[in-house]
Amino acid sequence: MDIQTIWYALIAVLFIGYFVLEGFDFGVGMLMPLVAKDDTERRIVINTVGPFWDANEVWIITAGGAMFAAFPDWYATLFSGFYLALFLILVALILRAVGFEFRGKLDGLRWRRTADTAIVVGSTLPAFLWGVALTNLVRGVPIGADMQFQGNLLTLLSPFALLGGVVSIAVFALHGALFLNLRADEAVAARARRLASLLWWPTAAVLVAFFLFSYGQTDLFDRSGLVPGTLPVLAMIAFVASAVLVRLRWDAWAFATTALTIALATVVAFEGLYPTVMPSSLDPAYALTVYNASSSPLTLHVMLVVAIVFVPIVLAYQAYSYWVFRRRVTRRDIPGA
Amino acid sequence: MDPLLLARWQFGVTTAYHYIFVPLTIGLALIVAIMQSIHFRTKNDMYDRMARFWGKLFVINFALGVVTGIVQEFQFGMNWSEYSRFVGDIFGIPLAIEALMAFFLESTFLGIWLFGRDRLPRAVHLLSIWMVALGSAVSAIWILMANSWMQQPVGYTLVDGRARLSDPVAVFLNERLLVEAPHTILAALTTAGLFVLGISAWHLLRHHQREMFLRSAQIAIVIVAVTSLLTATTGHSQAQHTARTQPMKLAAMEALWDSEQPASFSLFASIDQADGKSTREIKLPYLLSVLAYNNTTSEVEGIHQLEAADVAKYGPGDYVPPVAVVYWSFRAMVGLGMLFILLALVGLLLWWRGRLERRWFLRAAMVALFLPYLANFAGWITTEMGRQPWVVQGLLRTSSAVSPNVGATEVAITLAGFTLIYGVLAVLDFYLLYRFARPVTAPSQGDQDTGLGDVFAY
Ligand code: HDD
Ligand code: HEM
Ligand code: HEM
Repeated sequence: MDIQTIWYALIAVLFIGYFVLEGFDFGVGMLMPLVAKDDTERRIVINTVGPFWDANEVWIITAGGAMFAAFPDWYATLFSGFYLALFLILVALILRAVGFEFRGKLDGLRWRRTADTAIVVGSTLPAFLWGVALTNLVRGVPIGADMQFQGNLLTLLSPFALLGGVVSIAVFALHGALFLNLRADEAVAARARRLASLLWWPTAAVLVAFFLFSYGQTDLFDRSGLVPGTLPVLAMIAFVASAVLVRLRWDAWAFATTALTIALATVVAFEGLYPTVMPSSLDPAYALTVYNASSSPLTLHVMLVVAIVFVPIVLAYQAYSYWVFRRRVTRRDIPGA
Repeated sequence: MDPLLLARWQFGVTTAYHYIFVPLTIGLALIVAIMQSIHFRTKNDMYDRMARFWGKLFVINFALGVVTGIVQEFQFGMNWSEYSRFVGDIFGIPLAIEALMAFFLESTFLGIWLFGRDRLPRAVHLLSIWMVALGSAVSAIWILMANSWMQQPVGYTLVDGRARLSDPVAVFLNERLLVEAPHTILAALTTAGLFVLGISAWHLLRHHQREMFLRSAQIAIVIVAVTSLLTATTGHSQAQHTARTQPMKLAAMEALWDSEQPASFSLFASIDQADGKSTREIKLPYLLSVLAYNNTTSEVEGIHQLEAADVAKYGPGDYVPPVAVVYWSFRAMVGLGMLFILLALVGLLLWWRGRLERRWFLRAAMVALFLPYLANFAGWITTEMGRQPWVVQGLLRTSSAVSPNVGATEVAITLAGFTLIYGVLAVLDFYLLYRFARPVTAPSQGDQDTGLGDVFAY
């Protein structure tokens, strides 16, 4: 494997980390009003992700930084091209973080309601937009010979991309419900469990629709023909397993299977693109690839050394924090409740 | 409107706003860690209450540092795509390492610290706040490495019109970083020290929690005394470095239109950029030569001479930064720095005489709470505006750095959007800090020690 390919794989890992981890806290944020009946339960829901959501968000910051360092042209074309979509994501992430952090710091019903809205909108909108962005990334957007994006926000909102956005909302919601099932107080967890079973069917429907659509819209599966290949099939099996496992009350395993579905789907997208990083819908020759978009081998080697040392350390203390907060959040954990 | 101008405004507004929260995060993390360590050692409950009180303010401030930071990370690609292509090979390195080495550390351990209070052994809980403090200082060093490279590009070669890394060690040990990082981090500690001092003074004036806030004020005075002196000395080294590497910036900082030998330091000047001169000026002889080169004889080059040299080197163009802005912001920073030193020395003197609670001193300390924010802002304006028209000194002009495919309408929308949201957040932040910092004398108000109940969990 050459160094460009290694870096492409590392960036895929960062995106997997982001979607798997932030995916569940997006889901928890979206579902909060549905699974919590009173203020204390809302606080329970928020506290299930309390110690994690910020660190989860750092995965995308690191992914952005790593793209900048390893593939500057990819970073530049993508970020300037998807300009307004990213702006909306930023706004939503700001609202969400402020909702989480400041909700309990002021009294008054109106303030709480405002914060709740910020959390729900701030979790749903980025989930949707990341789905839209990723779908566009895979399908290809108008990129000229000079590597510049030539469309606007509307270019990104094709029916296929919008469906991609709906898929990611649905999957993250399911993933979040299974997380709540694992970490929330029993009453909330029971509701989350029921919701997960309910959500599973529409999620399955949009996933199948998206999958069929992508045969026509992308060349992800061109190489393998009609049979989609091992990874997509595994992703499907994992997804189906989640429905079974949640019925069996194998809570941790059910959560692990949606995590696996998300991880495998991300791998499929990255693997299908390779060695292209951004296909051009104008002319295949204008595509950005891991070779024409990358920085120099020296930079990639320096960064590789840093990644080899620090990624395991980061994984270790993040794992530790998940271990410290493995218990359910109960009513007793909420001060003043 | 010109998309370049809008993009510059957006960068200026969002970065300056981010930097409102940054210095307090860096400094207060350390101060809270120190307080919690004292409690760990002495088991004196007062220090526990103290760490909690300042910890709450820290958390409020940290939240806004985080949300505004994400905007920064995305902005280079969004608004400055040509810049990103040009510098990615080098500039991306510290940015990526910062996230990997520092942001993960800060955010993960802050979660552990906030939610782990009753769940972790005391030592581990203490360690987690130290990790947060370490993370924020480390993050500053990496981002300043990125900024230093823009001030003094090193370890690169130009290939196909782009900077390519040739010497990573030179980038990591950039001389500019060695002067910029200490000055910035010490200024952050001064900021946090004055913050703690100002709020403690407010409580002392209202006779609220006297013992705890007197102790807080004393800790703060020691911190401010040490760090404000060191901020000034490191600032002096930085000026000497700038004299060698960015002479045009230094000349603009002094509004020195023509070379002088020996050079005098300007105290006041009425600047006329269009005509390239200052009318009415007050000058202290020899002092600029001393500041820039530590002797009374050296020549300091003036703007006109430097501009002629730049035109010869880079071709026709305007190479003079906005002199008045740079000149006055530099003076604001240095003036405020001197004031902080004075304040800390007076504080030490009063404390030694056992008169720390003099009302005039406490009132002055309350006002001083707001000033380091001005000084930090002025410092960055000097550094960044003084570098114009370059975004990377001598290599890339700001006008060639902007995204070519992002139109004025798009930038106008985002600029308006960020300004609006940031405005609302500023009000919210100020109100929350006020609420959690204010002295509470009525005993019925929840947790009497710290003003409000335990708000560490959400
Ligand atoms: C001298 C210090 C300093 C400077 C000049 C900057 N920052 Fe910053 N930044 C910090 C010091 C810092 C910090 C102390 O580490 C923060 C502040 C509050 C916080 O939570 O961490 C932070 C937060 C922060 C975050 C959020 C991290 C998280 O989610 O935990 C990001 C993505 C950035 N910053 C990125 C930037 C970029 C791209 C900058 C350049 C334009 C920048 N910062 C200037
Ligand atoms: C946090 C403190 C900082 C503040 C307050 C600040 C402030 C500013 C301001 C006001 C400008 C606009 C100058 C002008 O357009 O005339 C600017 C430009 C710029 N700064 Fe900084 N800066 C800071 C830190 C940084 C850092 C750490 C970096 C890089 C790592 C950076 C990168 C840039 C870039 C790329 C520009 C060019 C865009 C432009 O000219 O507007 N800045 N900065
Ligand atoms: C007391 C005397 C001080 C001196 C002589 C001094 C000097 C300097 C100089 C020469 C620069 C760099 C300008 C450049 O060449 O690019 C600078 C930057 C800066 N200063 Fe100061 N300063 C002083 C006090 C302060 C104080 C009190 C603060 C804040 C509390 C502060 C905050 C900053 C910041 C944030 C920067 C920008 C980052 C950097 O370039 O290091 N300074 N200062």
